[in-house]
Amino acid sequence: MTETTLIRGASLAGGERADLLLRDGVIAEVGTGLSAAGATEVDAAGLVALPGLVDLHTHLREPGFEQSETVLTGSRAAASGGYTAVFAMANTSPVADTAGVVEQVQALGQQHGYVTVRPIGAVTVGLQGTQLSEIGAMAGSRARVTVFSDDGVCVSDPLLMRRALEYVATFDGVIAQHAQDPRLTEGAQMNEGELSGVLGLAGWPAVAEESIIARDVLLAEHVGARLHVCHVSTAGSVDVIRWAKARGIRVTAEATPHHLLLTEQLVAGHGDGHGHGADAAQHRAYDSRFKVNPPLRRAEDVAALRAAVADGTIDIIATDHAPHPVEAKECAWDEAANGMVGLESALSVVQAALVDSGAIGFADVARLMSSAPAAIGRLDGYDAPLAAGGPANVTLYDPAVSRAFGTADLHGKSVNSPYLGRTLPGRVVATFFEGRPTVVDGVLREPEEVSRG
Amino acid sequence: MRHLLSTRDLSRDEAVGILDVTEDMAEVNAREVKKLPTLRGKTVVNLFFEDSTRTRISFEAAAKRLSADVITFSAKGSSVSKGESLKDTAQTLAAIGADAVVIRHASSGAPAVLASSDWIDAAVVNAGDGTHEHPTQALLDAFTIRRRLHGDASRGRDLDGVRVTIVGDILHSRVARSNVWLLTTLGARVTLVAPGTLLPFGVGGWPVDVHHDLDAALAEGPEVVMMLRIQSERMHAAYFPTAREYAREWGLTDDRLARLAPGTLIMHPGPMNRGLEISATAADSPASTVLDQVANGVSTRMAVLYLALAGAEGAGA
Repeated sequence: MTETTLIRGASLAGGERADLLLRDGVIAEVGTGLSAAGATEVDAAGLVALPGLVDLHTHLREPGFEQSETVLTGSRAAASGGYTAVFAMANTSPVADTAGVVEQVQALGQQHGYVTVRPIGAVTVGLQGTQLSEIGAMAGSRARVTVFSDDGVCVSDPLLMRRALEYVATFDGVIAQHAQDPRLTEGAQMNEGELSGVLGLAGWPAVAEESIIARDVLLAEHVGARLHVCHVSTAGSVDVIRWAKARGIRVTAEATPHHLLLTEQLVAGHGDGHGHGADAAQHRAYDSRFKVNPPLRRAEDVAALRAAVADGTIDIIATDHAPHPVEAKECAWDEAANGMVGLESALSVVQAALVDSGAIGFADVARLMSSAPAAIGRLDGYDAPLAAGGPANVTLYDPAVSRAFGTADLHGKSVNSPYLGRTLPGRVVATFFEGRPTVVDGVLREPEEVSRG
Repeated sequence: MRHLLSTRDLSRDEAVGILDVTEDMAEVNAREVKKLPTLRGKTVVNLFFEDSTRTRISFEAAAKRLSADVITFSAKGSSVSKGESLKDTAQTLAAIGADAVVIRHASSGAPAVLASSDWIDAAVVNAGDGTHEHPTQALLDAFTIRRRLHGDASRGRDLDGVRVTIVGDILHSRVARSNVWLLTTLGARVTLVAPGTLLPFGVGGWPVDVHHDLDAALAEGPEVVMMLRIQSERMHAAYFPTAREYAREWGLTDDRLARLAPGTLIMHPGPMNRGLEISATAADSPASTVLDQVANGVSTRMAVLYLALAGAEGAGA
C-alpha cells in the first residue's frame, strides 16, 4: 500500500481548516501548508473532513438473502455513504451463530476492500430465543465478534436475557437488543395511535419497546453487564435510558436516521413536516417504503429522539440498513417486509434532522457516527478522529449542496429507500478506507479497483 | 369520482350526491324491468381475496343491472390462493380490459395501493379492506337511514342532527369506521358503545362520543341503533370473557328492545349472530332495517359504479 493522498484545506469537525496527508494507510500528518512529492492532491475547500463512519447496525443479507444484498453490494452502499466500517447483523441464512458463518462474512468484507466488515453474532441459536449460540467461539474466531444480537427478534425470555448478558460480558462483548415485547406486538403494522385506528392497521405500542428496555437496563444493572439498545424509537424509551444512565447503568443506545426525520404521518400519505421543500409533502397512503420495525412514530417521539441525541442520552446513530427486493414492497401494507435502506442517505438525513437546526455540530456527528459506535463494538482505530498516526479512514463531505435523492444515489442491490424523490442536503465527495479511496469526486470506485482479493 | 376508497375522503355534497343517485337507482330497482343500458360495453371485475357472498352478489347484481359485463374473481381455488401477488393479479385484469375493479382484501389499504399503482388504470371500488373501511356499506346505511326518516322527501338532504349509536366490535370493524366518517360528514351525531378492549386506541380523537354502558347510551334516545357482528374468535383472544357476558352487557336483548323509543331504527350489516349481539325478536322486529339494507345495497353499488364509470358525463358527484 503505497498510495499517498494530500487532502488540502478541509474543514475539520471543530471548524478549523487543515491539510491531511494520508500515506501507507495512516494519517501521516495533519497541519497547514503540507506538501508531499508524488501525492495525489484532493482540493477539499468547503468540504468537512470526518473520520470514516462506523455503522453498528447493517444488514448485509449474505449468506442466504443475496437477492436483497451481498457483502460486496452492501459494502459499496456503505462506502458511498461515507462509511469505512459496518457491523453486519446476524439474521442471515444460515444465521450467524457459529464461527464458520462469521468468519466467512468477515473474510468477504476484507476481500472486497470497501469497508471493514465486523459480523455481529446471534445471541441464540437460529435466533430462536431458546439456547445460547456459540458466543465464545465467535468471539475467539478470526472475525473477533464483540457484538451479539438477535436483531429482528427480541430476546424476550427474561432468564435467557440475563444469562446472555452475563455470558457475553465474559468475553467483553455487548448484547444489542431489539426491544420489542412479542406478545404486545402480535401482527403489529405501525405505531399504535389515533392514526393506526383510522387506517385499520394493527398497532405497535410504544410500551412494547419501553417495557423491554426497562427490564433490560435493570437486568444489566443486576448482573453488571453492558447493554446496547438498538433503534430507540419512542420518547418513553428515551426517558427510561436517561434514568438508567443517571443511575450508572452501563447502557448505550442508538437511533436510526429515519426515526430522527420521518413520522407515522407518512403511512397515511401525509407530509411529515420535516421535509425540505414541497416535494416531501405528498405521498400515497399505505406506501410500504415507510414500513419499518420499530415503526415510524409521532412527531413528539422524533423531537424527543433529537433532544436525546443532542444531550448524549442516545450515544450513536446507526442505519439499520435493511435491503429488500422490489417484490417484498410491491404489495399490500401488511404483506410488505419491514425495513429501509439507509447507508447511502444517513449522513444527509442526520444533517437535515440535527445539524441544519443547530442541535449538533460536525464534531458531534463524528462522535455519533464514528468514534462512539466503534467504542461500543470494540473496533480499533477510531478513538482519535483524524489524529496523525491513526488509520487513514476519512470521509469528505460537502454540506453546502442539496440533491434530489434518487435511485442513482443508491449503490446496494435494493431501492427501498424512504427518501426517493425527497430533497436532502449534503453529499459525500470522497471516502478513504485505510488510505485508499473508495469514493472519489462523489463517484464510487469499481470493485476491481478496490478489491484486495 | 375516480375511485371509492374511503368515506373519509367524501365531502358532504359528494356524499349527498351519491345518495341522490342511489335514489334514482332505487327507482329503477322498483320497476318490473330492473335494467339500465348505462354501462354496456364496460367490464367490472369483482376481485374478492376474502370470501364474502353477500357483498359479492350485491355488486354483481348492481353491475348487471347497469348492463356491464361482470367477471368475478374469487381467491379460493384461484391463482391468488397459490401466492399470486396483488400486482400480478392487477396486471392480469388490466390486460383483460377491466374498467372497474371492485376489491375485497384482508389487508387494510390494499385498494389504495391498487388505485395509486401503475399496475392498472381502472376505477377502484373498495368492497372492504382489512379493518380499514367498507365505504359502500356506510353509503347504503346512510341511504337506509335517510329513506326511513325522510321517505320521498329524501333527495338533497343530509342527516343533520340524527343520533346514531353503533354498538360492538369497533376495533376490528371496517363498517364502523366508514360509518363514523360518512355519518358525521352528513351531520349525524355518532356514539360508539363497546368494552374498552373493542375500541380502537386513540378513539378519543374521533368525532364521536364513546360509551361503555349500552343502557346509558340507549337511554339518550338515539334515532338509530346499529349492532355490529361479533366474531367468536375474539372471545379466545381475551377481548371479552364469554359470549354470555358480552350478550348481557352489549347485546340488543329483548329487554333493551322493549325500552327503545318507538320508531328507533335497528340496523345490522349482517350476517347476524342471533342471540349474541342481537336477539331474534330485535332482528325480526318492524324496527329492523336489515332487509332494507340488503336491497338498498344494490342501489348504492349501482350508484357508485355509475359515478365511477359514467359519472363524468352523468349527474351527481
